[in-house]
Amino acid sequence: MSLFDKLQTITTARQKLADRGITSNVVMEKVLSSTEAIINGRRMILAGTNNYMGLTFDSECIAAAVHAAEKLGTGTTGSRMANGTYSGHVQLEHELADFYGYTYGVVFSTGYIANLGMLSALTGPGDVLMIDADSHASIYDGCRLSGAEIIRFRHNDPGDLEKRLKRLGDRSPNTLIVVEGIYSMLGDRAPLADIAKLKEKYGAFLLVDEAHSLGVLGEKGRGLSEEAGVEDRVDFIVGTFSKSLGAIGGFCVSNHPELELVRFASRPFMFTASSSPSVIASTRATLKIINTRPELRRKLWDNAQKLYQHLQTLGFQLGPEPSPVVAVRVTNIDNAVALWKGLLKLGVYVNLVTPPATPDGGCLLRCSVSAGHSTEQIEQIGSAFAALRETCKVTETVCSRSS
Amino acid sequence: MQNYETILEQIYVLLDPLVEEGIGIQERSDFVADLGFDSLKVMKFLERVEDHYDISIPLNILPDIQTVKDFVSQLQRIIGT
Repeated sequence: MSLFDKLQTITTARQKLADRGITSNVVMEKVLSSTEAIINGRRMILAGTNNYMGLTFDSECIAAAVHAAEKLGTGTTGSRMANGTYSGHVQLEHELADFYGYTYGVVFSTGYIANLGMLSALTGPGDVLMIDADSHASIYDGCRLSGAEIIRFRHNDPGDLEKRLKRLGDRSPNTLIVVEGIYSMLGDRAPLADIAKLKEKYGAFLLVDEAHSLGVLGEKGRGLSEEAGVEDRVDFIVGTFSKSLGAIGGFCVSNHPELELVRFASRPFMFTASSSPSVIASTRATLKIINTRPELRRKLWDNAQKLYQHLQTLGFQLGPEPSPVVAVRVTNIDNAVALWKGLLKLGVYVNLVTPPATPDGGCLLRCSVSAGHSTEQIEQIGSAFAALRETCKVTETVCSRSS
Repeated sequence: MQNYETILEQIYVLLDPLVEEGIGIQERSDFVADLGFDSLKVMKFLERVEDHYDISIPLNILPDIQTVKDFVSQLQRIIGT
């Protein structure tokens, strides 16, 4: 067995996609706005970028980033532990804590690192991580790094979670339950009120990853914890800057003073370079906008409802509830690829997701809606799906009902 | 504690619906190479076993499991604790 043999399965999977005409990642040749880019030489509506607030080209945010780059340089060239903590990092930590109404905040270099850093610092051998089965890869990887016992419960199933908490007996105070606000693939919310009750009943801890729900859910945009009215019972909120906040980075906020110790206990926090000043500056500007412009959230939800209803009316099988992630479920990979390529030809970019990255073994054409999308763009996305429904002859497999 | 053979027989029963027709299940069967399992199927199988025995199986055991025999040995240990 050679070093490279284990990579053979990836080669085989890639070949299968290559046989269907997909040889590499989509390249954004030119980005025109938060909702449009040039791909393969043609103008494309972006409906798969997680840019929920559509603020990546906001003039205030760009000006803040440019100003920071000019004043502080392009990068920190160091870790938070060494020379990589600038006053902007510290201010952003305070602002995030204030935004959530929590006492403590820590900024990480990416959302992925935030999960790795938090899970590995909070738990270790002898502890238990109780995670939703559909958790993001960063949660699974953080679990592995922690050395704790990893138990998964059925997706969004508080009954199954309780069964497993019961089985733990007196180990539940050493247990961290991990769920997501909105699950990235199907766009469904966690039943957080029920989960928070269980956490209390069994004396466990609760961490909520609000990566896809920050800015999206709750009156103030704080996510599912706010919407479900359980912020006082959530121990740790983790999030990312790379979706609604339009940059790159991650964070955790909490009322537990122990969060401050993560700075000295979390290897993913300590041993990587800190975010560049421009990223911190644009994130701070975007956070302010999210806090003060609720109309963006209303526009986002209006767009999400419109697209979900349009595709539902067309008969496509979708995720279980309307949300800014509108996932079209396709059983057969050939049909999924045909649909995806057809959308590109019609000027619409969405994410093509194939197993094993999908929750149930099928394929997804995952759309993410933005507050930046105009009503016309949302209609164009829906119309592109409608056109392909007629021309791709895939209705038998992708649609839940006949027309 | 249940003995190895009893658990093995039960595992054959629980595996059966997940394995494609024509593929034989044996003690030495490799989940990936012989039974054609991918990660989703492994998880589905674990849930069937968990429900049957009313246990939670930690994911930490997975790197040590390649064959049905490996799995039954680990399961025997979990049931016994």
